[in-house]
Amino acid sequence: MRHVAVIDYGMGNLRSVSKALEAVASDVTVKVTADPKLIQSASHVVLPGVGAIRDCIDELARLNLDMIIQEVAQTKPLLGICLGMQALLSHSEENNGINALNIIPGRVRQFDVALPRTERDFKVPQMGWNQVHQLFSHPLWKDIKQDSRFYFVHSYYAEPKDKAVTAATTDYQHDFTSALCKDNIFAAQFHPEKSQHDGLQLLQNFLNWDGQS
Amino acid sequence: MALAKRIIPCLDVDNGRVVKGVKFVDIRDAGDPVEIAKRYDQQGADELTFLDITATHNNRDTIVHVVEAIASEVFIPLTVGGGIRKLEDIRRMLNAGADKVGINSAAILRPEFVREAAEKFGSQCIVVAIDAKCTSSKGQPETWEIFTHGGRKATGLNAIEWAKKMVSYGAGEILLTSMDRDGTKSGFDLALTRAVSQAVNTPVIASGGVGKLQDLTDGVKIGQADAVLAASIFHFGEHSVGEAKAQMASQGIEVRI
Repeated sequence: MRHVAVIDYGMGNLRSVSKALEAVASDVTVKVTADPKLIQSASHVVLPGVGAIRDCIDELARLNLDMIIQEVAQTKPLLGICLGMQALLSHSEENNGINALNIIPGRVRQFDVALPRTERDFKVPQMGWNQVHQLFSHPLWKDIKQDSRFYFVHSYYAEPKDKAVTAATTDYQHDFTSALCKDNIFAAQFHPEKSQHDGLQLLQNFLNWDGQS
Repeated sequence: MALAKRIIPCLDVDNGRVVKGVKFVDIRDAGDPVEIAKRYDQQGADELTFLDITATHNNRDTIVHVVEAIASEVFIPLTVGGGIRKLEDIRRMLNAGADKVGINSAAILRPEFVREAAEKFGSQCIVVAIDAKCTSSKGQPETWEIFTHGGRKATGLNAIEWAKKMVSYGAGEILLTSMDRDGTKSGFDLALTRAVSQAVNTPVIASGGVGKLQDLTDGVKIGQADAVLAASIFHFGEHSVGEAKAQMASQGIEVRI
């Protein structure tokens, strides 16, 4: 039986991701793992993550998973979630500047935390359900309505160099890239595993995806 | 298009059952937490919060099993509070499927705990719960103080200063409960909510006192809360989460329908 590997590098709540995948997986098992072999033999790979980018990149390097992810990024469907999306970019402003995996050229920027009090509608982190505006059709958007709400928790957002990889935008302070895709890679700033029906649908779509857009 | 204001049903869990007390007495049994969580999820709750009020230590594992069971069936954010004192407690809850933990008295005993927790697990999962009471006399500018032990024990800490301090220590969200209003059904303490919401740049959840749907709307519009939390109006079937959202939407508040 084929399996989906959820990369376990010690960051955050992987149980949520694995439980949500299990809820939609019919012909695939879910393995939460840091074992390179299990990641390499998986049909699909999920890079989740919450927390801070420095720890994320350090842990991936310590576990020799950075090279494995580079390899996966060339070969099979890869889904980055939240910090797992940000880690795919070249560089993040977080932790005084951290070089990330550089799989998707671009940088990760912080929301403006110094807005005047009158604009305090924009608290940081953005926490809650915001609308995801799809920019083009993609297998991962199948059966998900335009502008559906997904659950976000983040203070930083990806700014890819090539605008063409932005698969969806969300308005918070300004429009930012809330999902991106490039070849066999799809990444979301929101948490599909916490976004009820539409989130489960997206995970299901990912498991059904052959990596072609 | 904007971020929706959140409605968060709160489940007080004692020994694995959902209960709701009025000012911490008159505890009424409201049912099985997994069933209630599923019902709220279907009604469109944006998140769920569990407060473990189990008094005895050896029954603490019960809440872990409750969270595990809910996290396998309900795919919205889950927060667990009550008895979170060590980093290990946070780890257990996150591993059980919680997305955030609420830290209350442990933060008062040792504020550094919040910093350590945020550094270890990230601010996004650290909710600092604040129980506040108005302590100014009538006619004076309102001030609020932090209380512990179900509102019985004063700490001398000013609620607004404390909220700011907790955010500077890494709290990602403030769960603000008015102990004057909790269980009274007379509405949120809107002045308190607004004062804290304006003082910090992280989301604030208003809690304590919801008795009717308009109270939720007022919490957002007047109290400037980012999310509203309520227990009893939902538990006993007086109102559904859907009705609450419809009411809020009818008054111009952006909600997830």
